[in-house]
Amino acid sequence: MASADGDGAITFHDEGLARRLKALACTAPLHDLDARKVRLDWCEGAGYQMAEIALQAIDQVTVAMDFDRGADHEDVVSRVLPFVAAQAPERDRAEHARVARWVLDNLINVGSTDRGFRALYGTFGASGAYQRRVWDFRLLVELVSPEGEIYLRASDEAINVLVGALDTDVESAQIAAEVKLENLIRRGRLSDAQLAAQQARYRTVQYAETLRRKLEATRRDVRAVDWEREVPDLIDEALTHIAERYRYENAILTNITQIRDEAEEPVHKRKAAELVVIVSDCIRRHTQLQARLQEAGGTFRVEQDRQQFSGHVQRAVVDLFGHLLVPTLGLSVAQATAPVAAFFGAVSGLMPPKLPRLVRLVEQLLTPPQDKGHLLDEVPEPELAPLPDPDVFSEEQWRQASELLELEEVPRRLSGLLADARVLDPDLPLLVALRVLHAVAPEIGVAVRQGDDAVLLAVDDGTALRDPQFGGCDLLVGVARLDAGDAVAEDMGRGEEVA
Amino acid sequence: MSETVSVEDVVEGARLLAFGMRPKLIPSRDLIYAELVKRFAEDGPFRELTAAIAEGLGLTVLAVSSRTGVVLGPGEDSIFEQKFDDYARRAVLGERRDLERVLHGIAHLAIAALAFPRPADLAADTYVGRISVEQADAVVREACAMLAARATAAEDAGDPLEEAPRLERAWRVYLRRPEAAPTKDGRLAPSTTRGVIAKALRFLADQGFLVRVSDEYDGTYRTTPRYQVQVRELAAERAFAELLDLGVVAVTDPFGSLRTVASPDSGSPAGV
Repeated sequence: MASADGDGAITFHDEGLARRLKALACTAPLHDLDARKVRLDWCEGAGYQMAEIALQAIDQVTVAMDFDRGADHEDVVSRVLPFVAAQAPERDRAEHARVARWVLDNLINVGSTDRGFRALYGTFGASGAYQRRVWDFRLLVELVSPEGEIYLRASDEAINVLVGALDTDVESAQIAAEVKLENLIRRGRLSDAQLAAQQARYRTVQYAETLRRKLEATRRDVRAVDWEREVPDLIDEALTHIAERYRYENAILTNITQIRDEAEEPVHKRKAAELVVIVSDCIRRHTQLQARLQEAGGTFRVEQDRQQFSGHVQRAVVDLFGHLLVPTLGLSVAQATAPVAAFFGAVSGLMPPKLPRLVRLVEQLLTPPQDKGHLLDEVPEPELAPLPDPDVFSEEQWRQASELLELEEVPRRLSGLLADARVLDPDLPLLVALRVLHAVAPEIGVAVRQGDDAVLLAVDDGTALRDPQFGGCDLLVGVARLDAGDAVAEDMGRGEEVA
Repeated sequence: MSETVSVEDVVEGARLLAFGMRPKLIPSRDLIYAELVKRFAEDGPFRELTAAIAEGLGLTVLAVSSRTGVVLGPGEDSIFEQKFDDYARRAVLGERRDLERVLHGIAHLAIAALAFPRPADLAADTYVGRISVEQADAVVREACAMLAARATAAEDAGDPLEEAPRLERAWRVYLRRPEAAPTKDGRLAPSTTRGVIAKALRFLADQGFLVRVSDEYDGTYRTTPRYQVQVRELAAERAFAELLDLGVVAVTDPFGSLRTVASPDSGSPAGV
C-alpha cells in the first residue's frame, strides 16, 4: 500500500500488496468456473460446485507429483470422478466425466496459446506514478516425460493457493506445519491434525520439486552449476534436512499409529488411520528424495570426466550460449527481434527461388497435399454465449425521435409527430409511435426515483388516427412535469396535470 | 586475371556455386563436384572468379572443402535469403507476430548453442554436435530461469507493464509458453516451445545442416560440417554485431559460456 505524505506524493510502496493481489488473482480462475457453469449447454451446470471440483483436481495432481512425473489427464479425471459424482448422484457417469474434464481443461486453460492465466495489478513506479502490470501464471502445467507422454504438474502458484501459505519459506513452513501437527496430536485434535499433516505433505512435495529442478539443471550441464561449492552444499543441506524429517515423521507415525490402535471412537480411529497414510506417504517421499540426492554426486563426476578433456580454443569465436542466447533472452521483445532475425537470416542457408515450369504445372496441380504429420493445433471448443440482439434503431434515430418528442408546453397529436418524423427518416415513425405508445402508461414512480423532472405522457381522447402506416387512436402527446421534491408525487400518479 | 578468364571457367565457377545450392550434396558423392572443389583449392584465379560470380549473385562463399562442399551465405536482402516472416508465420489469428518471431529466433539460437556448447566446439572442425528437441528446450528454460533468478536478485520490478507489452523481456515470453500440449490426435502442438524447436530442427535438416539420427527425445539430430561453418562464419557474427550495436554484450571471455545457476534461494525459479 502506498502511503501519501502531506503533498499527496507517494513515497513508498509495499510489495506485500502486489503479493496479495497475485494471490487473489490465483483464485480467480476457480471463481470463474462457477460463474460460467450456468452457461454450459450440455449439462445443468448449476448443480455442481465447480470451484470445489477444481480444488480437488489440483489436490489430485499435487499428490500424484513425485520426482519423475505427475498425473496424466485421464488419471486426474478418473480420480476426481467420485467427487463429481457425489455432487450430482442423479446424473450419469458420462456427464460426471465431462464435467471433470471441463474443469481440468479450464484449469490448464486449454485454448489459449500460453495455456495460462493473466492478471493485472497496479504498482507504484520509481517516480511514484501508478503503473499497471501484467502477471502471467498457471495452475496446472503440462510437461513431457522422457518417454514422450504428457503429464500434469501443479504450479507453485497452485500449490500456494491450495495450501494457503503464500510467500513463505519452504523450509520454515515445513517445520511450522510439523510442530503444529505434533501439538495437535498430543492434544488429541485429530481433524486439525489431519489438515496440518496434509499441509506438511504439500510442503514436502514443494520442497522436493525445488530440489528436482536444481538436480535437473546440474545433470544437464555441469558448467551450468557451481560445482565447487553451491551444489555440494545444497546436497548436504538436503540430506541433513531429510535425516531430520525422517526421524521426526517416524516419531509422529509411531505416535498416531498408537492413537489409531487405542482409539475407541470410530471417528477418531478413522482420522488417525488417514493420518497414518499421509505420514507414511511423506516418509516415502523423503526416501525417494534421498535416493535422488545420492545419485546426483555420481552424475556430476561422470559428466565432469566426460567434459573435462577437451582441446584449447584455436581461434576466436563467439560463445553462442553466453554471448548470444543469454543476452538475447534478456532483451525486450522489441529489441530481441533484430538479433534473432539476423541470426536466422544467416543460419537458414539458401532458399533458391523456385520457378514454376509450365511442363510440370499439371503434375504439380495434381500432387496431393503433403500431410503435415507431426504438427496440428488443437481445435478449441468455443463456449458460446448468445449475441446481444442488434439494435433496430440507430443512435441517430433515437436522437431524432427524442428531439421530436421534446415538446413545449403545448401537447401535440401523434399524427403530426408521425408526419414530421417521416420527413426526417422513413424508419423514424415506427420509433416515434413505439415511444408514444410507451408513454400511454409511463412509469412515473421510476422517473421520480431517477430524479427526472418530466415524463412523456400520451392520452387517448377518442380521435382516430389517420396515417398511411399505422392505425388506432390519434393520441394526444404532452409532457408532464414532475415535482421530484414531493414524496407523494408517486402516489398521485396520474393525478399530474397534463400540460 | 582478366586475360586468363575463359567462358569455360565462368561456367565451371557457376557450376560449383550451383552445387553449393544443393545442400544435401557433398563432394565425395559426386565426381565433378569433387573435381571443382579441388580446383577451387588449388587454382587461385579460379577461386577469385568463383567468388566474384557469387558476389554478383548476392552470395558469400563461406567455405569450400571436400568435407563441407561449397557453403554459401546469402547477403543482406539477397533473393536467396529465407524470409524470417515467412518462416515464423502462423495461421492463428490474433497472435502477436513479434512474439512468434522472437520465439522462433530463440529456438534457432538455442539449437546452435546446444550444438556447439563451448567456443572450442564451434572452432574445432571435427566436432559433431548432437541436439534433441528436449535438450534444446531445457537449455533455454535453464537460461530463462537463470535470468529470472538474476531479476529477482536485482529486485527488478518484474512483471511487464500493461501498456508496453513490447518491453516484456524475451525470457518471460519463453517461460510463459508451455513446453508441450496434447492435441486430440496425440501430436505436438506447434505453438508450444517444443513445437517451435521441432520445426526449427526439421527446417535445418531440410537445409542439409542437420541429420536426424533417432527419434529419441522427440527427435535427435547431429550437426553437419556445413552447419558449423554457417554458424561460425556468418550467423554468430551477424547476431553478435546486432547485440554489440545494442550494447548488451562486451568483451569476449576466453573461458566462455555457461555459468552458475545462482540457486534461487526462496523456493523455486520463477515460472515453471
